Amino acid sequence: MSRAEAGTLEAPAPRRPRPLWTLALFRSELAITFRRWRTLALLGVLAAVPILIGIAVKIETSDGGGVGQGGGGGGEGEAPAFFSQITNNGIFLLFAALAATLPVFLPMAIGVIAGDSIAGEAGAGTLRYLLVAPAGRTRLLLAKFTAVLAFCLVATLVVAVTGLATGALLFPLGDITLISGTTVSFGDGLVRALGVAAVVALSLVGIATVGVFISTLTNSGIAAMATTVGLVITAQILDTIPQLHAIHPYLFPHYWLSFADLLRDPVYWDDLVKNLGLQGLYAAVFGSAAWARFTAKDITA
Amino acid sequence: MARIRPTQVDDDGFWDEERPSRRTKAARYALPVAVAGLAAATIGLVPALASSGDPDLPKISAEELISKMAASDTEQLSGSVKITTDLGLPSLPGGASLSDLGGGAGGEGGDGASAAPDAKLMDLVSGSHTLRVAADGPERQRVSIIEKAAEYSLIHNGDETWAYDSEANAVYHSTAPKGSGAKDDHRRELPKDLKDVTPQQFAKQVLASVDDTTDVSVDGTTRVAGRDAYELLIKPTSDDSTVGSVRIAVDADNGTPLKFVLTPKSGGKAVVDVAFTKVDFGKPTAGTFDFTPPKGAKVTEESDHKRGAKDGMNAKDGMNDKDAQEALSGLKVIGESWDSVARLDGGEGGAPAAQGGDGGAEKDAGGFLGGFGKEVKGDFGSGHVVSTRLVNALLTDDGKVFVGAVDTDALVAAANKAK
Repeated sequence: MSRAEAGTLEAPAPRRPRPLWTLALFRSELAITFRRWRTLALLGVLAAVPILIGIAVKIETSDGGGVGQGGGGGGEGEAPAFFSQITNNGIFLLFAALAATLPVFLPMAIGVIAGDSIAGEAGAGTLRYLLVAPAGRTRLLLAKFTAVLAFCLVATLVVAVTGLATGALLFPLGDITLISGTTVSFGDGLVRALGVAAVVALSLVGIATVGVFISTLTNSGIAAMATTVGLVITAQILDTIPQLHAIHPYLFPHYWLSFADLLRDPVYWDDLVKNLGLQGLYAAVFGSAAWARFTAKDITA
Repeated sequence: MARIRPTQVDDDGFWDEERPSRRTKAARYALPVAVAGLAAATIGLVPALASSGDPDLPKISAEELISKMAASDTEQLSGSVKITTDLGLPSLPGGASLSDLGGGAGGEGGDGASAAPDAKLMDLVSGSHTLRVAADGPERQRVSIIEKAAEYSLIHNGDETWAYDSEANAVYHSTAPKGSGAKDDHRRELPKDLKDVTPQQFAKQVLASVDDTTDVSVDGTTRVAGRDAYELLIKPTSDDSTVGSVRIAVDADNGTPLKFVLTPKSGGKAVVDVAFTKVDFGKPTAGTFDFTPPKGAKVTEESDHKRGAKDGMNAKDGMNDKDAQEALSGLKVIGESWDSVARLDGGEGGAPAAQGGDGGAEKDAGGFLGGFGKEVKGDFGSGHVVSTRLVNALLTDDGKVFVGAVDTDALVAAANKAK
């Protein structure tokens, strides 16, 4: 891999790697992540979701009916969040797409990237070559983690931007009625949309860190991905069981939908703050666990 | 395959920090454990520390506190209210509760997109909900129910009342009749159910029933939503009542009730717990009470809705104020104050009418309730008692229903007396 050349050994004398070198490690890690076909395919699938939603809503409402009426009398068959507003304002496709991808597609993509981060290198036998370079395990782990976080942000932005673009193409844009019933200007709405995308990206930090931790536990990239994605599903199932309400506030997906609170007027911060705090907690606990594991691990491959 | 073992390379500093002995390896795991432990301790201790130390306030008698509440003229406020109700309604198979019977039936019967406020009351009957309230005098109020990625808002501004359900993108609108200048009319205009969800309204209703069957005392101080408050403790003296106690936290500054907790005599969790989690007595921002129906939203005018009720007679519309009053005309109240028992004669609309509404469903529900109620016998004949944590209901076999916040014996006694 290209990193091996970047960090050629010049002198055997003990030294601290230069800051620029550190940046090079991060840069090359990012480049490797985003140049992979797998990553691009994942981003492509994510981009397809808002487009499909937009087309489906457009077709369904082309006869003049609303989304709600199509659902067989509404009532029990709950339409996903924000769907009813898409036909009136294209920007709601952005919110609907984020609400639709956040429970499954986004964490699944993160799980693949995060699970593969360390275990994939180990499985391919390249991890020890990475460690031959005098980068230090901590720094390598940080570089890997940064790449995963960058993917969280890029994946969210891909969904948001395609959502907005599709919405603008298929539906009218204009002043936005927030879910509290207050109307704000389109510019204000865009700012809120940016905030929503940022909150969604940060909501994924928890699962990303857990994925990196799991990735340090095994030498099989597939096992790490499957475990991470399985964990996402398990946590969400647990979150729906009312008898387990005592543990709900500590499950990482519990506050995921709180990004919608940015669309209230005034903004309802309680759950947003709880969400970010929880993601930070997961990042701290599993980040330090990944560090403990990775720096103490026997690298066999 | 050669193993690269960090522990064995120790000469050239090549492995730098990655050269842990077995002990330091184990020590590294102390970090995540410490982080998790610290977080757990913070989560456990901070609320405990924050809530300890009730504020030091001058002593006050119960009478003074009540008159302070009565004199309170708080007209402007905004804040968040958390309402938790646990009526202990028996669960139906499939996880639905009795309250869902009414709400659910309404949802199916009605045209799902209507945003009429009537149906929303049912949602508040069980579980925990967060509301945001804002008020600016009697002319302008706003109540929003915070839902997952959606919100139900009820906005009263002058002559107009709007309800907006963001999930269905549906709007309900009613205008006060022209010429009704009196403020009381406006107040009535705001649908009662949702206006009554603030601690003030709960407290008002309880204070109205304070008489010699009631023990009222001031029980220390507390902090609610960051404000110092006195706790008013109200206890029914009667043995028959299932109400254990009512606690009202009253703002020490301006006498506004901030918290209302109703505990059943059987102990356990409160039946009703309404409290401000945040409160601000300043004037709410001007735009709070403005509402323009969004483009494309389905708007239901009140007159349409009422007409629909007459024609359709489906379960949800049966919840209309007017119809409810008609149903209640067959209602007699036996006993006084805390021990009062409501008697509903069958046919006109039994107890399930409060839940269901149309005759067929009521009969079904009655038979169904009989299935899991406890059978009792007395001079009145026989019947079934359905118990919740607060309210007990006696359904006699000849179609009468006795409901009250009293225990089974008192219900049977009331039924005997009515015989």
